[in-house]
Amino acid sequence: MLGRTATTIGCRLSRLSSRSLRNGLLCVATRKYSPPAAAAVELANDLSLETHTDIQAAAREQAESRSAAAGTASEVSNSGTSALQHAYQENTGFGTRPIYLDMQATTPTDPRVLDTMLKFYTGLFGNPHSNTHAYGWETNKEIETARDQIASVINANSREIIFTSGATESNSMAIKGVGRFYKKTKKHIITTRTEHKCVLESARSMINEGFDVTFLNVDENGLVDLKELEASIRPDTCLVSVMAVNNEIGVMQPLEEIGAICRKHKVYFHTDAAQGYGKIPIDVNKMNIDLLSISSHKIYGPKGIGALFVRRRPRVRLDPIISGGGQERGLRSGTLAPALVAGFGEAARLIKQEYPNDIAHINRLSKKLVQGLLAIDHTSLNGSPDHRYPGCVNVSFAYVEGESLLMALRDIALSSGSACTSASLEPSYVLHALGKDDALAHSSIRFGIGRFTTDGEIDYVIKAITERVRFLRELSPLWEMVQEGIDLNSIEWSGH
Amino acid sequence: MSATPTRGQVLKLYKQFMKNARQFNDYNFREYFIRRARIGFKENKDVHDSQKLNTLFKEAQRDLGVLKRQSVLSQMYTFDKLVVEPLIKSHGHSRGL
Repeated sequence: MLGRTATTIGCRLSRLSSRSLRNGLLCVATRKYSPPAAAAVELANDLSLETHTDIQAAAREQAESRSAAAGTASEVSNSGTSALQHAYQENTGFGTRPIYLDMQATTPTDPRVLDTMLKFYTGLFGNPHSNTHAYGWETNKEIETARDQIASVINANSREIIFTSGATESNSMAIKGVGRFYKKTKKHIITTRTEHKCVLESARSMINEGFDVTFLNVDENGLVDLKELEASIRPDTCLVSVMAVNNEIGVMQPLEEIGAICRKHKVYFHTDAAQGYGKIPIDVNKMNIDLLSISSHKIYGPKGIGALFVRRRPRVRLDPIISGGGQERGLRSGTLAPALVAGFGEAARLIKQEYPNDIAHINRLSKKLVQGLLAIDHTSLNGSPDHRYPGCVNVSFAYVEGESLLMALRDIALSSGSACTSASLEPSYVLHALGKDDALAHSSIRFGIGRFTTDGEIDYVIKAITERVRFLRELSPLWEMVQEGIDLNSIEWSGH
Repeated sequence: MSATPTRGQVLKLYKQFMKNARQFNDYNFREYFIRRARIGFKENKDVHDSQKLNTLFKEAQRDLGVLKRQSVLSQMYTFDKLVVEPLIKSHGHSRGL
């Protein structure tokens, strides 16, 4: 089919002008060309359609330029590198691209999602808000289908879904929007310490606008105390924001109980479900959720789109952050991106359709990974072992520094926390909130398992981590002391 | 409307699914669609209701179209092999699952 299309296009083009031949892909033998042009055509004929993206080459170049910049590297650091090289010795006969195990940062776009999106880039380009012609109607219809698909995952009405640019925007919109709308009478917001940065920062910016914000503590399992939550609700509280699934430790909060408390006290309940949407059962009606943030690229959809569920009955009012033509019930103006919306819709349809298979697969791999990793000495699972989404496994490896373990694991794409904070060397604030000490928070690594993770990858990861943790510990003087039975807490370190 | 798909037709469809899934250049997508096809056909193997069979068959044909297009695309935009992928192809697909 593809070949046929190509030839048809080729015929058309040849009739237009030979100029089009310069693009090199299409060619037709019906016209006579001057010798140089003919040569170009011949060359184009056996041009491969394959375009290879060599990612490792960039990495290699970077490494080379770095070592060149280092120039006269001392022998000491040289010996260090060679020792480390031993640690991540690559298997010959295998590829070089790292295994992707960072599903909390983002997920690969499902080919079925891409298939839905392609038609918007090849012809279906209308502005969905143009209601005077067919181009607009076509795309608008697709958008409404997507809205239905997205709403049905959480048992909402399609009119309650507002498209945004992502969960960060959704969260900001919910917290700032609700706060600003009710600011005359209610000036108190409740959230937790383990929320995503965007919720914490939005709440912090509301403090500047004169709001009171309560940051609830969590227990060592990462769960909020419901009694403490209820006790901190005041007559002027307008919003409670608690995330569904934590992005670093995968802990699920008791949404239904929180929803019941909020409804009882007539306070709006917002939940950041970027990591939970489609992955854990969520029913906005049963759980009394008033606002819910969704991100498309965490469910194998395209990046750059998300949604906010805003309840209609009882109605939740919010001040829009973006003003404009009044799209999306006036809450989020601006032309929608039909391709992204349709891709998001298809991703939502798939996450619902594939739920039983995905969850069984992820559960099985997660169990295998946790078992394999906890078999190493002095390792511990962070967060509640029961109230968790199995696709997020956060493990601390005592006496190993997380960052150096990540450096030694170049063949596995992992992170020690959320992507936004991985640039800083600060230990994760989420693990701090759980009461973990600095050392343990520094030595934690997050593993994300998804729909496309395979058994082979998990086996590889367990083997690689076991080997390299052992290797790094052998270098560590702390580990030596632990092996000798010295209690590290009894040592008085001399200060500098 | 159309007659109930025969056993042969279903088997042919399954073979086509497997063939196209194996042609994915991307390791993770390839393994997933092979697994998904196996599970999908297995879980519906006891369906005998002709109406349900018809709808399933039609859905599967649509899915096969998607798979065909996407496996071709996957062969056009290729990336380096993963560290778990053998560079020398050991006939078709790996028996990872």
